[in-house]
Amino acid sequence: MRSLLRNPVGRAVLSLVLVCLVGVVFNADGTFFRWDTHRDMLRLVSVYGILAAASTIVIITGGIDLSVGSLLGLSAVCFSIFSIHRGWGAIPSVLATLCIGAVCGSISGGVIGRFKIQPFIATLAMMVFARGFAKYISAGQKISTAVQSTDGTFSYVPVPGIFDFIGTRIWGDNIAVVTILMIVVLFAAWVFLSQTVPGRELYAIGGNEEAARFSGVPIPKNIIIAYAISGLLCAAAGIAQAAQELQGDPEAGASYELSAIAMVVIGGTSLRGGTGGIHLTVLGILIIGYLEKILSINAVGEETRLMLTGAIILAAVLFQKKGD
Amino acid sequence: MADIHFDTITKRFGGTVALDAVSLTIREGECHALMGENGAGKSTLGKILAGIHRPDGGTLMIGGSRKIFHSVPEARAAGIGMVYQELASCPDLSIAENLLLGHTPCRWGLFVDRRTMAAESRDLLHGIAPELDVRRMMHSLSVAQRQLVQIAAAIGTRAGILVFDEPTSSLADAESKRLFAIIADLRKRGVTIVYVSHRLPEVFELADSISVLRDGRLVGTLSRSEATDDVLVRMMIGRPLLSETEIRKEGGPSKILLEVRGLSSPGLLTSLSLSAGAGEIVGIAGLVGAGRSEMARAMFGLDAASSGTVTIAGTETSGLSVRGRMKAGLAFIPEDRKLQGLALELSCRRNFSLTIPEKIRRLCFLDHHRETALLTAFFRMLGIKTSSPDAPASSLSGGNQQKIVLAKWLARDARVFILDEPTRGIDVGAKSSIHTIIRELAANGAAILLISSELPELLGLSHRIIVMRQGEFVGEVDGTLATQESLLRMMSGL
Repeated sequence: MRSLLRNPVGRAVLSLVLVCLVGVVFNADGTFFRWDTHRDMLRLVSVYGILAAASTIVIITGGIDLSVGSLLGLSAVCFSIFSIHRGWGAIPSVLATLCIGAVCGSISGGVIGRFKIQPFIATLAMMVFARGFAKYISAGQKISTAVQSTDGTFSYVPVPGIFDFIGTRIWGDNIAVVTILMIVVLFAAWVFLSQTVPGRELYAIGGNEEAARFSGVPIPKNIIIAYAISGLLCAAAGIAQAAQELQGDPEAGASYELSAIAMVVIGGTSLRGGTGGIHLTVLGILIIGYLEKILSINAVGEETRLMLTGAIILAAVLFQKKGD
Repeated sequence: MADIHFDTITKRFGGTVALDAVSLTIREGECHALMGENGAGKSTLGKILAGIHRPDGGTLMIGGSRKIFHSVPEARAAGIGMVYQELASCPDLSIAENLLLGHTPCRWGLFVDRRTMAAESRDLLHGIAPELDVRRMMHSLSVAQRQLVQIAAAIGTRAGILVFDEPTSSLADAESKRLFAIIADLRKRGVTIVYVSHRLPEVFELADSISVLRDGRLVGTLSRSEATDDVLVRMMIGRPLLSETEIRKEGGPSKILLEVRGLSSPGLLTSLSLSAGAGEIVGIAGLVGAGRSEMARAMFGLDAASSGTVTIAGTETSGLSVRGRMKAGLAFIPEDRKLQGLALELSCRRNFSLTIPEKIRRLCFLDHHRETALLTAFFRMLGIKTSSPDAPASSLSGGNQQKIVLAKWLARDARVFILDEPTRGIDVGAKSSIHTIIRELAANGAAILLISSELPELLGLSHRIIVMRQGEFVGEVDGTLATQESLLRMMSGL
C-alpha cells in the first residue's frame, strides 16, 4: 500500500477507485452498472479529454495554456463556416481548421519561446484574442444550418455528412465517435511525449530549462512545437464540439481551459513541469468524468455539484501532494 | 551555550538511511569538523542541529537539556546559525534585504526603516566583504559573493553555535582565506563552530577535532594532533587513495583540435586566443569573476553577444547553435551541476540521454534498447551507483550526480572538452575517479580545457596553465614548472 501511494500512478488509480466506489454505493437504482452510463460519461468528457491532452503537453514544459477553450470556440466557428456556409468537403474543412488551431498555438509558442513572455500572459492574450476573433468572423451569431440571406429570411441547408459522422455512435450504438477521437488523440499524445526525442526534450525543458539549454536542446523550437500541438488538438476538439452541437457557437468552450487543467493536475502531472504524462491525464479525465456522472445520475443539483466538485478537486490534489 | 551531544541520531529519507545511530559530542567553543564523502551524512547531521531536518530517532542535547528543533527559527532562537552549501537567497532583493530577512528593522512596527537597514547590513558585511554595496541586487552578484553575503547573514544572528556546510565549495582561494580568518575570529569570541567539509587542508587549518562519517555511521573522532591525511582519507573512503598529484604528462606537440581567436564579449571578455592539441590538458586559472565560465559559455555558443572565432577539430563554429557546436565535437561540462548540469527531478536516464538524441532515435521514435545499452555501458564505466536508472537524479549523491553530467557528455564521443569546475562539491573518492577519467580522455586523444579554482587540481592535471584576470589572459605557464604561489600571484595581479 505504501509503495502504491509513493507512485503517482498508484495515487491516481486509488483516487479513481474511490470515486467509482462512491458510484457503486450511490448507484441510482443500478444506473451506475449499466454500460450506457459509462458510454455517456465517456462521450461527455471527450471534448474535455482532448483539451486535457493538449494541456498536458504544455504543462510538461512548465508552461500553461489558457487559450484552449477559446481556440476550441474559434475552431468550431471556422469549421462550421467552412463546411456549412462555404460548402467545403469534409477533408479540406478539417485540414483548414486544424491549420488555424496550429497557427494560433505556434503564435503563443513563438511569443513564449522567442520573447520569453510568461506562458500565463501570452496564452491569456491568445485566449482573449481568439474569443474576439471567433465573434468577429461569426458576427456574434451561432453558425448553423439556418443560413440568413441578405433580405433577412432564413433558409435551411442540409447538415454536412461529417457532422453526422462525428456526432454519432458506432459499434452497435456502443461508443461515440468523439470518444474514439479522444482515445486516438490521447494515444498520439502519449506516443509523442514518451516515445520521441522532442517529447523527451519537453520534459527536460520543464525539469530544468537551463540544463536543457546547456545540453544543446533548442528551447524556442521545442516550445513552439508544444504550443502548436496544443493548438492543433484544440482545433480537433472544436470540430468535435461543432459536430455534436450541429453548429459553431462563438461562445463554445468558455472556461473549458479550467476543466482541462483540473484533469491534468488531478491526474498528478505537476504544474512545475518536468513530471507526469498522458497516462496520468487519462486517469484524471476518468476521475472527473465519473465524479460528474455519479452526481448527475443521483440528481444532485448543479449548485451542489459545483461545490462538491471544487471540494473534491482540492482533496484529490492534496492527496496527490501527500506522497511527495 | 554548552556542549552539543548527539545521542544515537537516526535519519531516513524515503528508503535510504542518511544517519544510522550516530553519537557524537561537540565541546563548547571548539571548531569541530564533520568529514566524509558525499552521501556520508555529514551535512544531514549539521542540518539536524540547525533545525532543517528532524531526526527519526535519537536525541539532541545541548548543555544537558534535550532539544528538538521543528524549524530553522526555533534553532536560531536557541542560538544556532547555519551557512548552507546550497545558496539560499532571494535574487530580486538587495543584499541588505537578504541579510536582514526575517528581522527587517521597522518603524512604527510596519514601515521598513531603510536607513537602519543599510547601516546594520553594512556592519554585518564589514568584516567579510566590505567592498560590496548593500543596495546591490542579489542576482547581480557572483556565486562567491552570494556565499559571502550568506556567511555574513549567519554570523549576524550572533549565534553561539555556527554550522558551516561546505562554505568554500564556491569560493576561490583568496576568499577562502578571508573566511578562515573570520572563523578564527569567531572562535576567539567563544563561538562553537561545526565545520562540514571534505577538504583536508582547510580542516587541518581550522579544526580542533575531526569526526568522520561514512555511509551514515560515525567512523571515529580524532583530535587535530592525531589526524593525518592518510588516516582521514582511509577513514572517509575505507581504502587508501592514489596520490592526487600523480602526474601523467607525456607526448609532444600534436594535432590542434581547439583553436580560439579573438574571443570577446562586451564587458566580460577581451580578445582571448588559445589553442589546444589532441591529448593536451590546458588549465585555466583565475579568481572568481575573472571570466573563466563566461569564456566557456561563449565558446559553447551560449553567449549571443560574443565575437571571435572558435574552431573545433577543423570546423569553424561562429554562427552555429549549441547543437551545431556539439556536432563539431565540442562538449561542455558546466560549473553548477544543479542549475546547469542536470534536471534534478528527471530520471538519470532522461538526463543522460538528453545530449545524444541522434543515438537513441530510430526513425521518429526512441530506441529504448539502445538507450539502455548506452546508459549501462557508461554508468558502469564511470562507476555510477543508482538504485535504478529511472530514479530521479536528485536521489543521488553529489559525486554520482557529477558523474552523470560527465556521462552524458562522454557518450557524445566529443573531441574537445571544456570542464568547468568538474570536481566542485564532491567527495574525495569521486574526485580522484574524475581525475582519472580526465587523464584517460586526454590519453585517448581529446583536447581538454580545464577550469578549476583548486590549484592542486590544476597543477596535478594540466600540461599548460593559462591565467585569466578580469576577462583577459594574463599569462601562461608550463604545468610542471608552475607552483601555487606563482599562479596566485598572476591571478591576483600582485
